Amino acid sequence: MQFIGIGTSLGGTQALKIVLPLLPPTFPATIVLVFHRASDTSIVLPRFLKQHCRMPVEEAQDKTLIRRGRLYFAPADYHLLVEGNHFALTTEAEVSYARPSIDVLFESAAEVYGKDMTGIILTGAGQDGARGCIAIKRSGGLTIIQSPETAQCSSMPTAALASHAADIVLDVKNIVPFLLELQNSKGSNKCN
Amino acid sequence: MVEFSNSPDLLKGPDSMDSSQQVLRLEQRNDDIENIEIILLLEGVYLHYGFDFRHYAPASLKRRIWHCVREEKLNSISALQEKLLYNPACMERFLLILSINVTALFRDVGFYRVFREKIIPRLRTYPFIRIWHAGCSSGEEVYSLAILLQEEGLYDRSRLYATDMNEVILARARDGIYPLEKMLAYEKNYRNAGGKSDLTDYYTAQYGRAIFHGSLKKNIVWSQHNLVTDGSFNEFHVILCRNVLIYFDQSLQARVHKLLYDSLITFGMLGLGQMESIRFSPYETNYEAMDSLEKWYSKIR
Repeated sequence: MQFIGIGTSLGGTQALKIVLPLLPPTFPATIVLVFHRASDTSIVLPRFLKQHCRMPVEEAQDKTLIRRGRLYFAPADYHLLVEGNHFALTTEAEVSYARPSIDVLFESAAEVYGKDMTGIILTGAGQDGARGCIAIKRSGGLTIIQSPETAQCSSMPTAALASHAADIVLDVKNIVPFLLELQNSKGSNKCN
Repeated sequence: MVEFSNSPDLLKGPDSMDSSQQVLRLEQRNDDIENIEIILLLEGVYLHYGFDFRHYAPASLKRRIWHCVREEKLNSISALQEKLLYNPACMERFLLILSINVTALFRDVGFYRVFREKIIPRLRTYPFIRIWHAGCSSGEEVYSLAILLQEEGLYDRSRLYATDMNEVILARARDGIYPLEKMLAYEKNYRNAGGKSDLTDYYTAQYGRAIFHGSLKKNIVWSQHNLVTDGSFNEFHVILCRNVLIYFDQSLQARVHKLLYDSLITFGMLGLGQMESIRFSPYETNYEAMDSLEKWYSKIR
């Protein structure tokens, strides 16, 4: 669980207000957020994230080195990809009606991180992320979907579930506790 | 042949382990083959057509190659390679897919506001101004510059060199004809970028299209130029190279940065894309940021 991708759109601010504060400031993984939003709101998201997340927050720019213990977010109007040890950006056409697209991040990250990749789909409109979850499963990673009943907009989680690529369905408030538990159990496994 | 002991640190149950591990291995091998196919295709395109994509950033390049495979109704990258080599029309479509042509009039309004506020005053001190827009795509941003220069009274002593690797796109740029409905959104950009009159003053509307006036085009030189394979062709006061470098890998970025550096006069100014930076380039210390948020730099040594 070295690399955690989070995808959300409509209702995302509400869900992130629950998820982000639960992350400890020294969470030992890379977290990357794709949040669908209008391109002219680019100033608001960094402020929002810094307000709610205790981990260091950084906008992913071209060729930014990927480091552990940080939360990166995709800039408005660019697709964000993982390429070896750094990020890459493109402005090519929208994928699943979105730019940045969750599918684009998840597919490229799954290829690099394989079983060390976790993908999380939170509330949102549309179907972006479903194909990304399939790619994660194909590479041996883990997928977590916010339970549609607790999502402000259920279509994105529902689409991810319909792709048969969901490992775990969780209430939004249980997602970070689950990640922490997973982290702890892995740590203790290593000691054995 | 593939044997797995039940290793304790695997989370998954032992029931599916063997088969899923085997599938993983097979896919690993397919990934290796895919990478070989990409290398061969790029090499073939370079040898036959001279277009060099071998140092493009691999992740998005792979996406676009697969996009082309699907568009051509083929099943593999190898099949695309064959079609590309024997069918120049397919190559033309491939080029269009590989060159990303997302652009707009006054794209990123802050960038143009800084151009007006910080770049223009310095340009006033020169008797003649040469500007190079490298990777101008369909030309919207070249016309944006031309409008700005005209409003600031500098257009008549300026020459704008607008280049792109793609002839088809360049022809569109030269025409300067854009869908009228887009102009409404552009009008907003123009205002927010500090426009001094009305965007409608610069074009004629006809049959649902906006045609930019000849007075805006007269000092623009359009030309095909490939940043990957072509060299420097002049010295410029300003170079714009926006959202082009993001498609290159680090070695090619370094090469192109050298080309841009060599093509700027001392105290010449370089404008990059919003998410690009001079920071990781070998020429980082040769520039000073004029506006680090809007990505304007000045060559200082």
